[in-house]
Amino acid sequence: MRPGRRGHGMPCPYGESVMTVQRNESIVGASVARKEGRDKVTGRARYIDDMTLPGMLFGATVRSSVARAKIKKISFGAEINWDEFVVVSAADIPGKNCIALILDDQPCLADGMINHPEEPILLLAHPERHKLWKAMAAVKIDYEELPAVTTIEESEGGLASGREVIWGADNIFKTFLIEKGDVDSVWPSAAHIVEGEYSTGAQEQLYIENNGIIAAFDPAEGVTIWGSLQCPYYVHKAMMKLFALPEDKVRVVQMETGGAFGGKEEYPSMIAGHAALLARKSGRPVKIIYDRAEDMAATTKRHPSRTRHRTAVDGDGKILGGEIEFVIDGGAYATLSSVVLSRGTIHAGGPYHWPNIRIRSKAVATNVPPHGAFRGFGAPQSLFAMERHMDRIAQVVGVSASEIRRRNFLRPEQTTTTQQKVSEEVNLEFLMDRALELSDYEAKKKRFTAANATGEKKRGMGIASFLHGAGFTGSGERYLDSVAGVEGCADGTVRVLVSSTEFGQGTNTVLCQIAAETLKISYDSVAIAQPDTFAVPNSGPTVASRTVMVVGKLVHSAALGLRQTLVGAGLLRDGYSAEEFRVACAEYVAKCGVLKSYARYQAPPDVFWDDEKYRGEAYATYAWAVYVAEVSVEPATYSVAIEDFVALQEVGRVLHPILAEGQIVGGVAQAIGFALYEKVVWEGGRMRNNQMTNYIMPTSSDLPPIRVFFEEFGNPHGAYGAKGIGELPMDGPAPAILNALEDACGVRCTAIPMLPEDLFAAMAHGGPDATVLSGKTQ
Amino acid sequence: MTSTKDCAGKCAVTFTVNGEARQVVAYPMARLLDILRNELGLTGAKEGCGEGECGSCAVLMDDVLVNSCLVPVLQAGGTAIFTIEGLASEGKLHAVQQAFLDCGGAQCGICTPGMIMATVELLGKKPAPSMEEIREGLSGNLCRCTGYMQIFSAVAEAARRIAAP
Ligand code: FES
Ligand code: FES
Repeated sequence: MRPGRRGHGMPCPYGESVMTVQRNESIVGASVARKEGRDKVTGRARYIDDMTLPGMLFGATVRSSVARAKIKKISFGAEINWDEFVVVSAADIPGKNCIALILDDQPCLADGMINHPEEPILLLAHPERHKLWKAMAAVKIDYEELPAVTTIEESEGGLASGREVIWGADNIFKTFLIEKGDVDSVWPSAAHIVEGEYSTGAQEQLYIENNGIIAAFDPAEGVTIWGSLQCPYYVHKAMMKLFALPEDKVRVVQMETGGAFGGKEEYPSMIAGHAALLARKSGRPVKIIYDRAEDMAATTKRHPSRTRHRTAVDGDGKILGGEIEFVIDGGAYATLSSVVLSRGTIHAGGPYHWPNIRIRSKAVATNVPPHGAFRGFGAPQSLFAMERHMDRIAQVVGVSASEIRRRNFLRPEQTTTTQQKVSEEVNLEFLMDRALELSDYEAKKKRFTAANATGEKKRGMGIASFLHGAGFTGSGERYLDSVAGVEGCADGTVRVLVSSTEFGQGTNTVLCQIAAETLKISYDSVAIAQPDTFAVPNSGPTVASRTVMVVGKLVHSAALGLRQTLVGAGLLRDGYSAEEFRVACAEYVAKCGVLKSYARYQAPPDVFWDDEKYRGEAYATYAWAVYVAEVSVEPATYSVAIEDFVALQEVGRVLHPILAEGQIVGGVAQAIGFALYEKVVWEGGRMRNNQMTNYIMPTSSDLPPIRVFFEEFGNPHGAYGAKGIGELPMDGPAPAILNALEDACGVRCTAIPMLPEDLFAAMAHGGPDATVLSGKTQ
Repeated sequence: MTSTKDCAGKCAVTFTVNGEARQVVAYPMARLLDILRNELGLTGAKEGCGEGECGSCAVLMDDVLVNSCLVPVLQAGGTAIFTIEGLASEGKLHAVQQAFLDCGGAQCGICTPGMIMATVELLGKKPAPSMEEIREGLSGNLCRCTGYMQIFSAVAEAARRIAAP
């Protein structure tokens, strides 16, 4: 172990792991009470559906029942008294009919053309919610159906039936190419060339609070939106365009948000547009709350993916070079697919050193509801392929799963696939040693191999090692130009002003910890302002594990600025007490009215990125991890149980141990669902199992003990040395589990989700990929 | 039942909520969840699925945990309903609430009211539950944020604190 590194394990309810977190006096690093925690445990926290405005109507959305069509006619059944209803169509949109995001290609309401099932066509509102159902059923839409494409292969035009162009000139939203070295030269010298194809399915975010928005419209004041959402300023931008309103005539307020995971990044702009159009037409506030079935069928999910690997290795298993092709299904509109693709592409090579590599990637269009942001954002897809492929390479070369990784790990001073030099003090071998030790890997593997030969129940061990870039990709943070503020109040307390949102991860708490620590005042004297575009600056979207690292640093700078102001005004001296600060702050406000300090993002000088060549410092920093899964398979039922799970990571400084552990465990649980439980059943581009009864997420009785451990290497870029943490745990579990499954029963599964029936099919046929995939040995 | 919501008349239903007698006039098939939230202003219970799968609408009815999205209000007549709002007394959190707060049992908080009510029921039946009993006892309540581990810790901690206050 290198000097200066600190490791600690988290308390596990099963009492198996050790708690060695160092208790220190500082606020940062301590598990303080979460800011909104009390309201949450008493039921007082106000979510959007808990809010009612006087005179409020309820809104509902009439959607397409077909995947691709021209709308021929819309008729309204005579059984309904339509005078009671507010009806909105595309013709009622005052500005541009689009949900402004990246390409503005997605309409807010379909105008003549349908490009996916569940596409919004008409909006209805009524004071009584239950009356909407009958009215919706009485709207009849006649279509002229057109051929639809619903899979990556159909979109690529690989089918004999020929190619249907449904988007742009070629069904392609975006492509990337990463080239390093000269991959074409490596094949002749390779001892082995290993090929593989891997795929991942769509996954529903399944936040327990469905999407919901309330909108109000006033001819003088403009649009006001309250909602369950991740990115107030995304909604703000979309409303400005939809209503052709200036900045100050749109106000967006985030309510307590009951889970998001990326699923409330872009779609809330759509719902906000709908509610606001109804509000504008009716002159009354309008609430739209989706029910579970609508939320699941109509809103975004994780992009399905397909990844192909072709890798040249030498006789010892050292990678000489390789080609990776990564494809994601973006659905019917561009939305965020280009950004998801970008992250997936950059992560496709895993935490390994590739002297030569070519990565080609593309996001294709299909006639399914647009796929979108979901924790991990493309990386869980391409890393699933990488980590399954790594085990395949190990088999072909004839070395162990841990050894093949050790021989290829990135080391300090080497470069990533984008030729970013690893300047951190990374030590992946140390993480590997430690993860194997924590999981008792070697001993168990030996035991299982012996027992599997004769025993009924099969057991296996699987490893995944991976990385996750923190913050926006490449020049992203520079374009965002985020601002955060800190305000001193009349009573001497402090408020943090950011548009970064809380949806369970602990944003409120950690940002207040940072402000309190920086100002050397108590955590209790710092509060966070409700995200409201009228009251807080744009600190950027709450995505990409960027909040603590990037926004946290801005809060730190803003707090320093505030302190400087008080010192400059002669109200505060070095070595002040918390009480002196309070008095100084109150005095300043009494005299000068306002005490606010803002900080704007400054790109670190050593970060360089070339958007054209996709080369350079892809991320300011990375989190690193090695996860180990232990599984057992019941031969009679093909059911897979995870017996133990070790999640070891290096995420920089852990600012709040309980929240950090909660992020990791929650992410691992979602990733277990991604691997073994959660299957979206598609039929003609529509999700057929859009209910919690038939789309199954893990329950409390399904999950293994998830044991979380942190190591610290240190990160100069983040606030108090923190890196991003939220997305990382989504990347590793699926490949670790499938690797363990192959170890247990020898069947090489390359597609997830892997439900018992899929395992049955794979075992019956000797593996779904037996013909497509083979390690070619030269 | 042959009558439907639209043709059946409203009726008066009486029950107690958090110890207080309440009467509502509602369609007999109206969901208890809607009555609590919309008529009585008790918005602690949440709707996550509306079909009995997620448990975020869970409340206690005569000390039994029920998914209030599945309970027609008529069926609640004469019973004693307990919701998350009735748990803290005089500003002091119930031991289960405090343990959830301390152990990280609530992240986004949307499952929390139901999860806490399920825990209260569990600890009422089994004051010192084993890990297996905790897992089983909460398996009707879905949480997408926590991966459950910190909820298990919270339940175990609450049991300890109730046993030795
Ligand atoms: S809302 Fe009642 S169980 Fe989900
Ligand atoms: S805390 Fe978010 S669903 Fe449980």
